[in-house]
Order: sequence, then structure tokens, then C-alpha cells
Amino acid sequence: MADARTQVLGRVRAALAGTAPDPEPVPAPAGARPGDVVAHFAERVADYRATVVRCAPADVGAAVAGALPAGARVVVPPGLPEEIRAALADPLVDDGLSAAELDRVDAVVTACRLAIAETGTIVLDHRPDQGRRVLTLVPDRHVCIVRADQVVADVPEAVGSLDPTRALTWISGPSATSDIELDRVEGVHGPRHLHVVVVEGAEPR
Amino acid sequence: MTGTFVGMPAFPAAARDALADTQLRHNLAHATATIRGKRAAVVGEVEHWEALRLAGAAVKERALHGLEDHLVRLEESLVARGAQVHWARDAAEANALVADVARRHGADEVVKVKSMATQEIGLNEALAAEGIAAWETDLAEMIVQLGDDLPSHILVPAIHRNRAEIREIFLRRMADVGRPAPADLTDEPAVLAAAAREHLREKFLRAKVGVSGANFAVADTGTLVVVESEGNGRMCLTLPEVLVTVVGIEKVVPTWAELDPLLRLLPRSSTGERMNPYTSTWTGVTPDDGPQEVHVVLLDNGRTRALADEVGRQALRCIRCSACLNVCPVYERVGGHAYGSVYPGPIGAILNPLLHGIGEGTGDPQSRSQVESLPYASSLCGACFEVCPVRIDIPEVLVHLRSKVVDAHRGDRVPKPEALAMRAAAHTLADAKRLGRAERLAGRVGRLVGRRGTTPRLPGPGAGWTDARDLPTPARESFRGWWRRTGGRLDGGENDG
Ligand code: SF4
Repeated sequence: MADARTQVLGRVRAALAGTAPDPEPVPAPAGARPGDVVAHFAERVADYRATVVRCAPADVGAAVAGALPAGARVVVPPGLPEEIRAALADPLVDDGLSAAELDRVDAVVTACRLAIAETGTIVLDHRPDQGRRVLTLVPDRHVCIVRADQVVADVPEAVGSLDPTRALTWISGPSATSDIELDRVEGVHGPRHLHVVVVEGAEPR
Repeated sequence: MTGTFVGMPAFPAAARDALADTQLRHNLAHATATIRGKRAAVVGEVEHWEALRLAGAAVKERALHGLEDHLVRLEESLVARGAQVHWARDAAEANALVADVARRHGADEVVKVKSMATQEIGLNEALAAEGIAAWETDLAEMIVQLGDDLPSHILVPAIHRNRAEIREIFLRRMADVGRPAPADLTDEPAVLAAAAREHLREKFLRAKVGVSGANFAVADTGTLVVVESEGNGRMCLTLPEVLVTVVGIEKVVPTWAELDPLLRLLPRSSTGERMNPYTSTWTGVTPDDGPQEVHVVLLDNGRTRALADEVGRQALRCIRCSACLNVCPVYERVGGHAYGSVYPGPIGAILNPLLHGIGEGTGDPQSRSQVESLPYASSLCGACFEVCPVRIDIPEVLVHLRSKVVDAHRGDRVPKPEALAMRAAAHTLADAKRLGRAERLAGRVGRLVGRRGTTPRLPGPGAGWTDARDLPTPARESFRGWWRRTGGRLDGGENDG
């Protein structure tokens, strides 16, 4: 008997006999084009019960520190910009911490790859300023820094500028469930608090 | 209720039981109305929704029309990125592949992301038979699993359970399988969710093997996509050392760019959100991040049978958003269990017969008749087509499948009630005198029934039809009778006394 691969592909071929393939992708309509993408993003991500703070470039450190409860144990990815790390009291730098170790910290502070205004989404592509995937998953609070020039209008722009060979995490608000009588509850398994610091100044894209 | 759909009665019988369950009907009506409202609001925000639907349908159609090519490319790109690719013709083969991976790592448990494909193949039961526990980590799936129950909705599988029942299930069962529920557990959703968080975190932190499905698989790049809300998916996809993903072959999307319309359509159609809280994508193995051994099982299990049906093929475009369930008047009244499958509602009514085949002798007679009853589980109102983000013409496929059911049973010794009714109708309608007699008879039956104040149950071969449906009481006088009596004058037409 033929192996599974040969047989499945053979069945596919037989099922489609006489059907012509469509060689060209069909273009999708353009996405939304809000006037002020940064304000739109801030509004939309807040809609998901994330806390949003907008600040000037000089105040990022203070804004991040203000997002952390007093005495919180904080972990940061190895590539987090120095001026932000300097604002934190003795953060743990991730050098391959175990999940159990991460389970004992209270918060994580990261940058992001881009943000999507229309959907209120932050996208991480896990470069050194964002850290491994687990870093933004296990701690209960995620403080994420979004520069104004990282905000794109809608999903097509995001898909167009992301590298699919990198692992990606799209985040729209804190972890949530509506499984119990459709009551929305924030924070089941992922971070229960998402704190977004939007840095004004640089021109949005 | 035990955790399997095998041997379920045909839709009419299951529906009759469900209709008697007022709690279920209340929960469902509330849930579907709520999600419908949310969906309508966020869909209304999108300027080119119809064009987006057309684009979404076109992407999936293109994926299906070139499926062989795309699958080969998907395999190549996955292997190039360090993944191991397996092919499975059917459920047993897929289950064996997953069990084999777990066994090779000495794992007696796996953590699972909610996945329709693994439910379809009965993976949890198959792993249990091998001594491997499969933990569902989506809150609703966990409620269903702990309650030894069946999912009843694609999106909110425990929609038939209220908070008091969930509390009771947690208190009764959590201790048996891990961290017990706290003694002071209340039925507040936030408190219940916190208990689930504690219970499952223990499992996430120790799990060696994770199992998932995928919402999309990009042929060009080998990228797999999982869309979720709770973060349990991210846990399963990143914490274990080994990840096995079971992907139906219809999940393929040709290129990365073509994910765009689908990612815009899915969350708005599904949970009524602009975007779901978490979307994870991964391409093979990511060094020093997440599982370092990655397997992908490409699953047929009837999909090529569905693909061969030119009318039914479009059902494979389905992105499992569940919008069609929430608008279906039949689903809203009977719930998901009556469909006897992990795919309930309008999509289940077409997908199950397409995957299993009609009149093809698959399965035992009971499950065959179960599957063949599904194309009739619809009022053909068309709401499912209107709402479907990838424009699957479900009513068209339902009618097509009904004709296949009738065709498949032409030679039966005992014909199906539908076939008999149609044959009788054809006989009556073909002759004016016979039609007149039938109408007078119907009027008399109606009078009889009207006096008793019940809806009639048809005698003889029609009984099967009226068993699960109310028949409108026939008019007391036929149109022809009224015309003969009054000559068409409305003033003389009243005959209701
Ligand atoms: S058939 Fe359409 S509406 Fe129904 S679940 Fe599938 S994609 Fe959604």
C-alpha cells in the first residue's frame, strides 16, 4: 500500500481533476486609514482594558517606572534600551531563565516591533529588545513601549512589514476569556495587566 | 452524557431532547444574541466588509484549487525550518503519530490548545488508551473535559453550562487531576477563571509535550498561526520542549500576504472583536525560543472526499468562526449536541456529511443515519450564508446534500420518509382531481385537529417528519372549495364558525 503522503496527495489530485488552479493572489481591499493613527491606536488598545500612557521621549523611563507597583520584581529582555533599564530598580535580565523562575517575577518590560491602530494590537517579533516569547507570557504584568513611528494603520500594513520567518506574537489587550456566561474576565493564563507606554515625537508611518 | 459523539441518535431525536431542556435554550438564546450584537457592531465599522469577504473567499478558494502544490510547498518550507512533517490519512493514523511522539519523550501527559481537528479525530480518547493524559487548557474546553461532557459550540464549547454548574464541576473534579479548587470558590466568573489559572499553571510549567491545531498554515513560508484569547495557547506553544500540531489539509493559505483578509475577517466574525487578544505565529523551530522539536501532522480524514464534491467543496473554506451557529434559528433552539459532532450548527450540517460521505457505507448504520439526517437540520433561511466571512453558500450545499441522501436511498427496501412524501406529493400534484381531494381531506384533518387544539402528527410514512416538527394546521377550507362556494367574492368568504 502506498504511504500516507503519496495517498493523500493522490486523493487531492483526483478530487481536483479538471479544476484549474488560480495562479494569482486576489488583492484584498485596503484597510482603515484613521487620521491620527497614534491617537486611534491609544484609544483602541484602551478599549481592551489596557492601561495607556502617552509621554514625551524624555519621560519614557519615568512612565515605565510609574507603571510598576512599588517593590515589584521586574524582568527585562537583554536588548532593552539602556535608558529604560536605568529607570528600573535592579531588574532581572533574562539570560534563559526557566519558566518556574519567571513565574516568581511580577512584571516584564519590553519594546515591540509595531502596533496596529485600527485593531489596538501590539506585535512582538521577539528581537533582543522584546525577548523570548515566554518572557511576555508568564509574568502577570506586561509593560510595553510603543514608539509613535511604530504605529501602522491596519492589518494589511502590519502583515506587509513583518517577517514571517520570525516567531510573532500579536497582543490585543490583556489575556481574556468570555467562557463563563459570556462575562468577559481579564487575565486567565497570560498577563492580567497590559500597560502600554506610547512615546510621542517621532512621525508615525 | 459521556465524552464521545459516537452512537448519537439522529438529529430529530437528539433535537427533541434538547428542546425540552429550558436551561439550555435560555443559555443559548442569551449567548447567540449577545455575540450576534457584538459581531454586527464591529462588522459595521469596516468600510469594505463585502469586498473583504470576497477576498477571504478568494484566498481560501485559491488555496483549495491548487491544494496539491501548496501542500508540497508547505512541507518543503516546514522541513527547511527544522520541523518534522507527517501525513495522516485518517484519525487513527493521526492519533498514532501524536502518541508516538509523546511516547518517545516518555511523556504520560500533554497540554493541549483548543483545536477542532484534534477533537474531530478523538485524540484525547486515543491518548488515554495509551496511558497518556491530554489536558485541555482552554477554559471552556477544560470545563467540558472535567464535566465529562461534550462541547456544544465551536467558539464557546461550554455555553450550555452556567456559573453554578461550573463551580460545582471545579469543586468536584479538579482535585482528581491536579491542583484542587480553593475551598472558598464562589461562582463569580473572575474567581472561577483564577482557579483555572492556578490549576493549569502547574500543568503548563511541567509539561514536556504540547499539542495544538492551527488556524492557518502558510505554504510559502511554513508559518503556522494560532488565534486565541486566554494565553493558554501561547503557554502550550512555547513552554513544552516538544510541540505537535495537527493541521487539516484545508488550512493551507498560499502566501503570507494572503493572511491579511483572513486575520481581518476572523475575529470580527467570531468573538465580535476587532482583534482577538493573542495571535501566535511560528515557523519551524526558533533557536533558543520555545519548543526545539516541532512536528506537524497534515490530516486528511475525509477532507479529500469533501474536496471531490464540486458543490460541497466550498465547505472546506470554513475558518471555524462560528458566526453561522449564532444566527441559525435551528441551532439556537437545539444547541450543539444534537448535531452529534464536534462541528455543530449550519457548517456541521454540511461538513459532517461531506467528510463522512453519504451512502458510501462508511461507519455503522446508526452513525450513517445520524450523518444523513443533518442536511435536513435547517430551515434554509439563508442567514448562515449572509454572515459567513468566506461566503460559503451553506443553503446551496444543504439542498445538494439532501438530493444526495435521497439518491443514495432510492434502492432501499424501506424508503426514507422524505422520499415517500415527495413521491406522494408528485402523484397528487400531477392531477387536478387528486389535488382537490387531498385539499378537502387536509381541511377535514385540520378541523379535527383544530378542535383538539394540537398540531397534527402525520400518520404512516409522514410520521418521521412530524416527529420533530410542528406541522401548521391545514386551512379548514381549500382555496378551490372557497372559490367554488363564493366565486371569489371576499364578503362571502368567511367560513370560520
Ligand atoms: S461556515 Fe462560515 S460562518 Fe460558519 S463557522 Fe465556517 S467560516 Fe464561520
